[in-house]
Amino acid sequence: MTKLNSKIPEGELQTKWTKYKSTVPLVNPSNKLNIEIIVVGSGLAGASAAASLAELGYKVKCFCFQDSPRRAHSIAAQGGINAAKNYQNDGDSVYRLFYDTIKGGDYRAREANVHRLAEVSSAIIDQCVAQGVPFAREYGGYLDNRSFGGTQVQRTFYAAGQTGQQLLLGAYSALARQIGKGSVTMHTRHEMLDVVIIDGKARGIIARDLVSGKLERHFGHAVLLCTGGYGNVFYLSTNAMGCNATAIWKAHKKGAFFGNPCYTQIHPTCIPVSGDHQSKLTLMSESLRNDGRIWVPKAKGDTRKPNEIPEEERDYYLERRYPAFGNLVPRDVASRAAKERCDAGYGVGASKMAVYLDFAFNTLRYGQIEANKHNIHNPSKEELVKLGREVIKEKYGNLFEMYEKITGENPFEVPMRIYPAVHYTMGGLWVDYDLMTTIPGMYALGEANFSDHGANRLGASALMQGLADGYFVIPYTIGSYLSTDIRTKAISTDHPAFVETEKKVQEQIDKLMHIKGTRSVDHFHKQLGKIMWDKCGMGRNEKGLTAAISEISTLREEFWKDVRIPGGQDEMNTELEKAMRVADFLELGELMCKDALHRKESCGGHFREEYQTEEGEAKRDDDNFTYAAAWEFKNVGEWELNKEDLNYQVVHPSQRSYK
Amino acid sequence: MNLEQFINSSLGRKTVMAATGLFLCVFLVEHLYGNLLLFFNDGGVAFVQYSHDAVHSIIIRSIEVFLFVAILLHIVQATYLTRQNNNARPVKYAVYKVGETSNWFSRNMGITGSLIFFFIVVHLWQFFLPYRITGEIGGEGQMNVAQAVKLAFQNGWYVSLYVVSVAILSFHLNHGFQSAFRSLGLNSRKHAQLLSLAGSFFAFIIVGVGFASFPILFYFGIAGSTI
Amino acid sequence: MNLTLKVWRQKNEKDKGAFVTYQVDGISHEMSFLEMFDVLNERLIQKNEEPIAFDHDCREGICGMCSMFINGRAHGPWTRTTVCQLHMRAFKDGETIVIEPWRAKGFPVLKDLMVDRSAFDRIIAAGGFVSVNTGNPQDANCLPVPKHDADESFSAASCIGCGACVASCKNSSAMLFVAAKVSQLALLPQGQVERKQRALSMVAQMDAEGFGNCTNTGSCEAECPKGVSLTHIARLNREYLMANIAE
Repeated sequence: MTKLNSKIPEGELQTKWTKYKSTVPLVNPSNKLNIEIIVVGSGLAGASAAASLAELGYKVKCFCFQDSPRRAHSIAAQGGINAAKNYQNDGDSVYRLFYDTIKGGDYRAREANVHRLAEVSSAIIDQCVAQGVPFAREYGGYLDNRSFGGTQVQRTFYAAGQTGQQLLLGAYSALARQIGKGSVTMHTRHEMLDVVIIDGKARGIIARDLVSGKLERHFGHAVLLCTGGYGNVFYLSTNAMGCNATAIWKAHKKGAFFGNPCYTQIHPTCIPVSGDHQSKLTLMSESLRNDGRIWVPKAKGDTRKPNEIPEEERDYYLERRYPAFGNLVPRDVASRAAKERCDAGYGVGASKMAVYLDFAFNTLRYGQIEANKHNIHNPSKEELVKLGREVIKEKYGNLFEMYEKITGENPFEVPMRIYPAVHYTMGGLWVDYDLMTTIPGMYALGEANFSDHGANRLGASALMQGLADGYFVIPYTIGSYLSTDIRTKAISTDHPAFVETEKKVQEQIDKLMHIKGTRSVDHFHKQLGKIMWDKCGMGRNEKGLTAAISEISTLREEFWKDVRIPGGQDEMNTELEKAMRVADFLELGELMCKDALHRKESCGGHFREEYQTEEGEAKRDDDNFTYAAAWEFKNVGEWELNKEDLNYQVVHPSQRSYK
Repeated sequence: MNLEQFINSSLGRKTVMAATGLFLCVFLVEHLYGNLLLFFNDGGVAFVQYSHDAVHSIIIRSIEVFLFVAILLHIVQATYLTRQNNNARPVKYAVYKVGETSNWFSRNMGITGSLIFFFIVVHLWQFFLPYRITGEIGGEGQMNVAQAVKLAFQNGWYVSLYVVSVAILSFHLNHGFQSAFRSLGLNSRKHAQLLSLAGSFFAFIIVGVGFASFPILFYFGIAGSTI
Repeated sequence: MNLTLKVWRQKNEKDKGAFVTYQVDGISHEMSFLEMFDVLNERLIQKNEEPIAFDHDCREGICGMCSMFINGRAHGPWTRTTVCQLHMRAFKDGETIVIEPWRAKGFPVLKDLMVDRSAFDRIIAAGGFVSVNTGNPQDANCLPVPKHDADESFSAASCIGCGACVASCKNSSAMLFVAAKVSQLALLPQGQVERKQRALSMVAQMDAEGFGNCTNTGSCEAECPKGVSLTHIARLNREYLMANIAE
């Protein structure tokens, strides 16, 4: 237990952060000029951190694997960003945002971190508006809000269905400004392949220039990993194709503990898989569940077209099971319910692995409202449908278009087919209150760390956390480490540790290139994804997880014997890039299963089939599992579990019910 | 204003194109006004008087200088920009269906412009130069300007060249007019449609129908019987 | 369906490059265009050939990474669509499809269908921002913005920086990209202070990158996956002119 020191400041929850900020050691401006910081990743967390630290005067080097920092996958977030502004006067407050987040996370997050997140949430909106982020506004010119799952107030700020894009472009512009000034050196198309440790501290990274294939050594007094989540371990997810765990995994293998790896968020409304060729899953925003009703046929294996199935032969299972919340139950609950129906043989579509999301009912309802508004008496059904569709189009037009492009079906005519898909990983590198991992000088920000969402993340909170970490947390907390480091001169990259680490990376590349096997990287990735989805996905049990652990380890062996990577290593080689990422997923997947196996309870995104109530709901075991699991890497396939007990001083864990 | 920086920037050059283009449009209107005098049933007196005044007015003669400078600038900038544009894509596409996303005339202002320039040279040679230098046209003072015009428009070849050139000019202006407004920033979402309509009206109705009417009506003897 | 693909292959920036023809069969209508490429690449790997390099990431039409010139059109035949959202329904069985990288002096080819679009980053770094440090800006609601301006600003800000405007323009002009950013910030009160300098610096950088000049043909607007409007170009022209006059 002594290995973990979460460094939570003393005092009342509400005053911890304020007190911390006033007492944290500082680095004076002239010293900052001599301190170099490496930021890996350029998403919301990475771009905001790199820009903010450069503004302070630090010398920053930022890395991303894409061709531009603006491409990071934060850009794909649709819905919005939460902030406790209480602009709507509907009773919101810092405490309420804190409470909702803790409860939404099924009481598995650290109170002090979450409270800090809620405290800085307001400033994020101010900062973004000052940068010129065009949030949605009301006619009076003031910022508009909408509501999201798991809350009773309207605190979500948004920019149409492209909030992530607008926030990321805001952070990107701040970063671009520093690049233009020369205070940030940007390395695009670079992938971090290892971390360099000198005297127990993170002092740099080895990165590969993806265009030339050359390995490079980069020194930094501190290293920030802002590399996002690891949902792509499932192969199919809503993550971008390039999202990977390599940076955090390499850090993990060098001593950074991995926190709660099994906590995965499965989003209930995604476009279902259409065939083996599928490369990626597309999310349909959570907001659709406001007006869409989810159903499956009452009869097993019903092959009729959806519109031919009469009302009384439809099973609106969410409304049936959860009358209080109906179609608006939280993500984890909605996902499990869809899986349950499909597994029981009621699924629809060619694959039978989908449920309907039907807008017909609310189209008519809106049509009636419009008809009333316009004094149309006794409208025909056609008229109602026409009027109603206009309303629906206004609200979700872009999503409907996207659905039609992908599936070729018009959701106004036939119900959408949807199925849950991997979306976000709450787990990540274990960090203390300062966001520092168990390697001194190495930090993890945003989705890459495990800190704020517990076992389940609420909608519109990921953007909030990424920007909070980068804009408002790390600029303070990094000082407490760097203030002790001002006498450290830049270490030459000829230092033996750099040479040695680069050699190890080179050896791994050589090894991969020399296998010259018969199977493509994607072949192994798909196999891994299938194991993970079947056995460590929405429902998990001891038997499956045990089997998965051995299957993954077998697959890993096969990979290292039989993978084929055409081309050379001293050039752009996309297969080699993928191979290195999949090699890490093959180790990470096993840890996720191990963590899932050890956590003998159900909480949030982690559902162990053995631990459920009689009605099939998740059953937490607070007595034995109110802790964050922090796994210490010992050897491939071998870890030691460390526990950080979660002490709830303000909130008292209770059972979540949506009945 | 840093004139050098502005003139040498891509947008500065476009501004010059737009400004000279619009100035030339104004000239066209003035020219059309003069031509319309030919339709007076006065045996060409008004037109002859107008032409005489134009040659002898110091104001018109000074504006004339601007006119030639504008034409020159328009051509020089166009040549420069076209060359730069060609260089901006050193390797061309094997398949390039740009016709699906834009209009032929909008992409080939250089071609239409060159043709118009060719016509201007012919046109000047025919009417402007002799009159301007000698104050006479058709030689030996036997004809006045109006009669010279009438004579020229008896020639089927010349009439065809004139009409085709006016048509080309219309298409050139159809893109050029609204494009010039956009280059000068005088366009907004609200007015885009209106401006484009106005541009087409100016190009096809005012300039197109206006100028093409002279050779056609003269050729078929509908106009100019008293001259 | 069975298709004939003519794909541009180029080893690196210095290589001359050439088209290579591939036959692909068993393609389903439900596949996205990039998934069809995945299938082709998988088969190339099986034959121990080098797979085709192409840029792609989010595959949901927002990151702006994918960039292919398909049958003479940026992002292929569908309008307001990125390559990753283009589906094989758009093609007929037996069709020949020609696939090239973006072609422009400002976008040198790195390998096969991948190009270097860092010129866009440099243009943004020249002035596509509001100079505000992280810290304690005033409350977000201190400056009301008329809804119409906010919406118009958003419509410009929805640019994904994919470069289709440059690729489709006969002059390889980057005006729509630059106009989108200048317009977004010119419409908001936050962007006023640096409004003039922004237009000047970004246009100077755009010119330095070797892009062509705008001749208002409208191809960029027609091919833009996000439908960024030409009116932003008019606004950029106005901003630039005013900035020069005021300077």
